[in-house]
Amino acid sequence: MVGQMRTSQAKLGLLVAAVVLVQFFTSITGTEYYLTQLTMAAYYGLVVIGLCALMGYAGQISIGHAGFFAIGGYISALLTTYDLTPFAANPVVGLLKQAGLLFTWENLYGESLLTCAPWTAGLAAIAVAALVALVLGIPVLKLRGHYLAMATLGFGTIIYRMVLALPLFGEADGISQVPGFVLLPAGLFSPGAIMISGESNLRIFNYYVAWAVLLLGLVLLLNLMTRSRSGRALRALHSSEEAAEACGVDTSRAKLQVFVLSAVYAALAGVLLTHFNGGIGPEEATVMKSVRYVALVAVGGMISLWGTLLMGVGLSFLSLRGVFGSYDDAVFGLILLAVMLFAPGGLLQLSKRIPWQRLWSATRHRQS
Amino acid sequence: MWQHQQSAQSAMTLELFFQYLVAGITYGAVYAVVAVGFNIIYNSTGIINFAQGEFVMLGGMIAISLVQWLPLAWAITAAVVLTMLIGALMELCCIRWLRQPSILQMLIITIGISILLREGALHIWGEGIRSLPYFYGDAITAWTFGPVRLSPQVIWVLLACGCMVAALHLFFNRSTLGREMRACAVNRTAAALCGIKTRNMVTLSFVLSAGMGALAGCMISPITYTQYDSGAALALKGFTAAILGGLGNSMAAVVAGLLLGILEAFSITLVPLAFQDAVAVSLLLLILFIKPHGLFGSSAAARLKAF
Repeated sequence: MVGQMRTSQAKLGLLVAAVVLVQFFTSITGTEYYLTQLTMAAYYGLVVIGLCALMGYAGQISIGHAGFFAIGGYISALLTTYDLTPFAANPVVGLLKQAGLLFTWENLYGESLLTCAPWTAGLAAIAVAALVALVLGIPVLKLRGHYLAMATLGFGTIIYRMVLALPLFGEADGISQVPGFVLLPAGLFSPGAIMISGESNLRIFNYYVAWAVLLLGLVLLLNLMTRSRSGRALRALHSSEEAAEACGVDTSRAKLQVFVLSAVYAALAGVLLTHFNGGIGPEEATVMKSVRYVALVAVGGMISLWGTLLMGVGLSFLSLRGVFGSYDDAVFGLILLAVMLFAPGGLLQLSKRIPWQRLWSATRHRQS
Repeated sequence: MWQHQQSAQSAMTLELFFQYLVAGITYGAVYAVVAVGFNIIYNSTGIINFAQGEFVMLGGMIAISLVQWLPLAWAITAAVVLTMLIGALMELCCIRWLRQPSILQMLIITIGISILLREGALHIWGEGIRSLPYFYGDAITAWTFGPVRLSPQVIWVLLACGCMVAALHLFFNRSTLGREMRACAVNRTAAALCGIKTRNMVTLSFVLSAGMGALAGCMISPITYTQYDSGAALALKGFTAAILGGLGNSMAAVVAGLLLGILEAFSITLVPLAFQDAVAVSLLLLILFIKPHGLFGSSAAARLKAF
């Protein structure tokens, strides 16, 4: 157990070092534009590790996580762009303003807007996502088996249709001109506000914020899954639902908890990425996006949070760079199929099967 | 005068009522066929085949391409046979040789296949909306039966789906092969001990449900059109029908499919068109919440189900 913790800490240290090294390398070589996609990939990584907890540890599959991502992104975008100035006289709005839940900002055209503060909007969005997950999960997770797959597929379809059909959500255009997520107001440490946004002078800062969020999320999940009672219950559930139940594990409750948690991860990623990109469109809510998250978890090895994180961020980055061209979706479908057929333990598991050490010593012998 | 107007209005609503009903039954027949396809594969493997809707899309698309060179009847036949081949290939390449795969693994495999089929269709046929020509007459040809106006295509759909379900019923109950498949569904080990080649039965179940889906896809194509991504929604609704009827129970799935189609058609009067898919999903969740063993199934049997 201690050894496991130590390797986990060593891996974390290695990852932090890699994150810092990548930033130095891109800054030195003048290729900082890579950091933008790495930031976005890190947020997608957050969705994927949350889904990994659900798929790998609770053994349930969700084909609707893009829906939770979209709930997070869209609600936060809506609340921070919906101008409340006409309702300023309304006592409720006044009360909200006094409570510090609203903020005033200027958009690109110099118009002054009174909207929800990003903190408020983000928290509200995450709360909605958690609530939806609860309502969706309670009936479905009580059943044995994989009904969650179809239920979440249906849920994802509804969310996609809603954002595409409702003028409130901008229909096919989505919501744009979303303000940055202000972490520290202007003038406190620096002349400008420190926030999560796509401005190029904040690029390095945003890169670190995204990775900090991702690593915090990872550490939290690692602790939950390996060291807490509910984590052990989940792993018991994955090997045999009946056996877990016989040992007194409330299986449907455990599944529901991890489903809600993974929805919260997806929604948080949606909120932060939307503020980073300055907008969100319906393509984030498609079923194909959900399938892509599933594919990334599968490639990462289902039950390995580390593998999922690396594969999730890596492949998302390649996809964002446009490496796969018009075959983007097909590549993820193929990955899903190939991994399940040939390496159900994930790609990293496959590399463990190759006797690296023997190969290494063989080459050394030949040299000597 | 006023009375006259009122009677005209009520005649109008009666006519509208029958139009909705006919539309509902037409869509419902296709949902029923998809649901039966789900059940055939579920019974032989214990999994839900997510690529079920893609069979319907492929049948329509292949027939649309072939109809340029072949007479309609031959194009449809060829499309059905080709889709059956694809179904067989899918099973032979991806399911058959797996050793004790988990349900989660097989589920993800079918999802992967459905994506590949959809993306393949996108690259072959593009994003455009296509359709087969009407089998008889054209889009505005209609036969009037009292208050009901029927497009001949609707009759084709109902006839084809009805015949398929009836033929399947006969096949499963009268033919040796059908009985062997049912034996596999009930107990695979026992069936294997009796000398039934269970693996071949699984392949056959994929072939059967692919063929059924493809034929339904051809029949419905002139009415609903075919697009590379039209499979996903059909799969969702077919699954809803399958659950509504009780997973594994094919004849109940037919009734459930028709019910779902009718419900959806009448929902237009209440919710906007964009949310029509939401009706099926809400129904699905409602069933899972209240009666997960389906309208006609027993809860004891449902508890034994693997999916």
